[in-house]
Amino acid sequence: MSLLNVTDLHASVITDDGAQPILKGLTLNVRPGEVHAIMGPNGSGKSTLANVLAGRPGYTVDSGTATLTERGLLELEPFERAQLGLFLAFQYPVEIPGVSNMEFLKASIDSLARARGDEQPNTATYMKQVRELAASLDLDPAFLKRGVNEGFSGGEKKRNEIMQLLLLQPKLALLDETDSGLDIDALKVVAEGVNRYRSANNGVVLITHYQRLLDYIVPDFVHVLSNGKIIESGDKSLALELEAKGYAWLT
Amino acid sequence: MSSSSVDDLVEAGSEYHAGFVTDVESETLPPGLDESVVRYISAQKNEPEWLTQWRLKAFAQWQEMREPNWAHVHYPPINFQDISYYSAPKSQTDGPRSLDEVDPELLRTYEKLGIPLHEQAALAGVVPDPAAIGTPAGANVAVDVVFDSVSIATTFKETLAEAGVIFCPISEAVHSHPELVQKYLGTVIPQRDNYYAALNSAVFSDGSFVYIPKGVRCPMELSTYFRINERNTGQFERTLIIADEGSHVSYLEGCTAPMRDENQLHAAVVELVALGDAQIKYSTVQNWYPGDENGKGGIYNFVTKRGLCAGPRAKISWTQVETGSAITWKYPSVVLRGDDSVGEFYSVALTNNRQQADTGTKMIHMGKNTKSTIVSKGISAGGSANCYRGLVRISPTAHNARNFTQCDSLLIGDQCAAHTFPYIENKNNSATIEHEASTSKVSDDQLFACQQRGIETEQAVSMIVNGFCKEVFRELPMEFAVEAGKLLEVSLEGAVG
Ligand SMILES: Nc1ncnc2c1ncn2[C@@H]1O[C@H](COP(=O)(O)OP(=O)(O)OP(=O)(O)O)[C@@H](O)[C@H]1O
Ligand SMILES: [Mg+2]
Repeated sequence: MSLLNVTDLHASVITDDGAQPILKGLTLNVRPGEVHAIMGPNGSGKSTLANVLAGRPGYTVDSGTATLTERGLLELEPFERAQLGLFLAFQYPVEIPGVSNMEFLKASIDSLARARGDEQPNTATYMKQVRELAASLDLDPAFLKRGVNEGFSGGEKKRNEIMQLLLLQPKLALLDETDSGLDIDALKVVAEGVNRYRSANNGVVLITHYQRLLDYIVPDFVHVLSNGKIIESGDKSLALELEAKGYAWLT
Repeated sequence: MSSSSVDDLVEAGSEYHAGFVTDVESETLPPGLDESVVRYISAQKNEPEWLTQWRLKAFAQWQEMREPNWAHVHYPPINFQDISYYSAPKSQTDGPRSLDEVDPELLRTYEKLGIPLHEQAALAGVVPDPAAIGTPAGANVAVDVVFDSVSIATTFKETLAEAGVIFCPISEAVHSHPELVQKYLGTVIPQRDNYYAALNSAVFSDGSFVYIPKGVRCPMELSTYFRINERNTGQFERTLIIADEGSHVSYLEGCTAPMRDENQLHAAVVELVALGDAQIKYSTVQNWYPGDENGKGGIYNFVTKRGLCAGPRAKISWTQVETGSAITWKYPSVVLRGDDSVGEFYSVALTNNRQQADTGTKMIHMGKNTKSTIVSKGISAGGSANCYRGLVRISPTAHNARNFTQCDSLLIGDQCAAHTFPYIENKNNSATIEHEASTSKVSDDQLFACQQRGIETEQAVSMIVNGFCKEVFRELPMEFAVEAGKLLEVSLEGAVG
């Protein structure tokens, strides 16, 4: 059984000078219950992979396939992919002024419920749940009334992404450098959040530069992405080796 | 990635739910304007001689005046002889009667628009259908309804009378309270104030009259609902609101019109007078037919609105949500004459497709310690043009006057335009004037961030736009704020494919 399956994916970023190939034949298979860490040099295509899977505008898929729970992802609208259970924690979360976190999350949770054919959650229950989650991530409850990411510190933005992950309970979480910019205490809080999310039914793709995070969120697999392809895969020990030796020995 | 990036979304086809025509027999004057038309209108309403003369004087002045051309809007010249200046449903020619006698066809029109004319329905809080968006439906609101040139019904008259509040068609007030009308009419906006005000003064048909006695807090929201139905007619309503010392009133105005290929002219005048310690809050949700996606048809909305803070500590607050009309030309203003008086202007103006809006405010500070606040939110989508024009004038007498202006523009797509023209005339160096401005876009990143959480494109756009407007919506009465949000959503339908 496969949760996320990416096969021989080629994709380009659209720039002013035309399409520029970034992913050059990427294959990745995530089964339920697994955590895959993706590491690799700056500019190797890690965020591009996450963005292409989530359907962000500005990229084209040249060839290859990607499925989530055996359903083709690449022809779907971004919101349909989300409704199917794909979640992307952004490397750079965007601000939406005037739209409160509470309101945004309610719109999100209602949309996802509607897509599943479920009843929309009761507002009081929902608000209680959000407050508890915020507290568990050391987020001041006042922040729920503020605009989405409006004036949040870098660390708060990242914790907010994890709060959304825990609230929305997607099938697959793509976490793009959720650890960068966090102090050591915040890192533990975020890692603890991800571990709470982990279950036998869902999967995590963890993009990171730091071995340190993998001490807290122990991955089943570690992959090295370089120049648009996975050039090495292993278990957690690969991350330690990378930390000691860098990437040069692989390329 | 079909409809997910902002650029892809800027495609045609917005929907206008109030665009139907009511089939009633009307008494309509043939097109054309001369003295006899002015006299005819005055005679239709049995007006006293002073008012007939007042109109004729305005007409003479209008003939000497030129159409203004400084606004940032473009349209072919209007032939004022092609317009009919008076139209009334035949069943109403005897003037306003009790609700039971109103033509059922007209009642159905308002039902369709979601305006509760039956007081019971209003109290129960009628659930509005989409046609009702932009209309002041809801609980505990007294409504005056103007259909083409006449007022057809005013609700809750008795409840209001108990509080001493006068709320009736201005054509009726001329007879029932001539001393008040004569004392205040044209005192805030003189007949020759501007081209359209002069025209309105000559041919105004109906509109609402409000008087709140000393120290009275009006027990309910008052509202007027304007509807243009007849083809080739202009609507020239005139509203006069007087808040006597220490009184309070909140007033709402809504408007719609059928979809037609020809442009129609709406040139209203609204005058507000707040005496010492009085407060007037005037909210508008303007949803005139905006024309189709190619700019065909729609209302020319050329309106003069001004309030006078006549006594100390008076306060006048304009809140407007402008989403309709092919062209909007409108600057609700406040003259701050009383010491310590306060003027406010909160505005959301949204243009889509080919709409053009040139709107803003004037704050004229004359008294000491006067204070004004301007918050303007302009949203442009499609190929529209949206312009803020505001004047802050501090007279030599206005010691310690203060103004704060915040002027934000939001662009959706890259075919639209936003302009700001803030004018400041400061003649007193004890004044404090602050101005903040910003221009932003609904970015692909924001849209994607919403979509990535499962929120569909249209809802995402409307959520982002609503967030942008939050500071203004906060100022609207509750029911109206909800309506305004929905109206934005409908008005943006074209912009989100
Ligand atoms: N919108 C864009 N316009 C131009 N180039 C882009 C764009 N997006 C990505 N690229 C380019 O694509 C390449 C891959 O970028 P990507 O963001 O996927 O790298 P990454 O592996 O996530 O790097 P980092 O570790 O620095 O986050 C880079 O060379 C980058 O400059
Ligand atoms: Mg990256």
